[in-house]
Amino acid sequence: MYEVIAFYVFAISTTVLFMITVMSKNVLYAMTSLAAGMVMISGFFFLLGADFLGVVQLIVYVGAVMALYAFAMMFFDATKDVKEKHEHPALVFLLGGLMALVFVIMFSAPIIGENIHALYPVGLAENLGKFGNAQDVGLVLFTKYLVPFEVAAVMLLVAMIAGIILAGKKMDYSLTECEASDEELELELLKEGAEK
Amino acid sequence: MEITVNHYLILSGILFSIGLMGVLRRKNLLMLFFATEVMLNAVNVAFAAIGNYYGDLSGQMFAFFVIAVAASEVAVGLGLLIVLYKKYGSLDLDVIATMKG
Repeated sequence: MYEVIAFYVFAISTTVLFMITVMSKNVLYAMTSLAAGMVMISGFFFLLGADFLGVVQLIVYVGAVMALYAFAMMFFDATKDVKEKHEHPALVFLLGGLMALVFVIMFSAPIIGENIHALYPVGLAENLGKFGNAQDVGLVLFTKYLVPFEVAAVMLLVAMIAGIILAGKKMDYSLTECEASDEELELELLKEGAEK
Repeated sequence: MEITVNHYLILSGILFSIGLMGVLRRKNLLMLFFATEVMLNAVNVAFAAIGNYYGDLSGQMFAFFVIAVAASEVAVGLGLLIVLYKKYGSLDLDVIATMKG
């Protein structure tokens, strides 16, 4: 019974908070409601018995990612409302609704096709399930998913270096532009053409 | 009444469509990033629910990797946003767009 109540509370709050994220004109409101919605999402993970995933969601998403967004917003003007020009709002809502229908059917399809089974049910092995979710995750992550784990580590390193290079030192000049602006380059090219 | 995997899948579909609607209607790049985060979270819920349903930890593993991908995406994406903002002084897609079409 408590599970049902918890599920509906989390479901309604995540839906409302993410609607605010998507609809709000203020960047600050959008970011705050996104962070709150992610806290609520971690509630689902705890309900589903994925304790470690819930903690990771709290630490990585609410702690790291949202803090990163908050830092990045210091570069942008976050106080004034975002002005967005919408050309066909009705069309967007129609397409969004249709795709929502398609996606709900797609995500519910595994239930209709009851003959789907897990190929290698790692959670059902002998030693698993005795200790708790965090230990099980460790056992599976460092045996079956070791290579993807290492690849993810390398990917995070690459992303860190990219972030440092893009947003790090030398903030006074842009990395994507050469020193001369495009117009100056065009003028130089025209001059060269005239001399020839 | 009991909460089954159907409930979770339908909720995940709803959340994903909210994110998709945001991606379709947002013109500000930062807001677009928020919408993609919503979509990634919806998919994570579906992974965890299906993993729980089949008694398989692979669902949780995939959710972990999705979180790792999301974290690195945010790091690189925000760096690019800062570069774009320095170049154009705005994050509006209509201002940034250089290609006609």
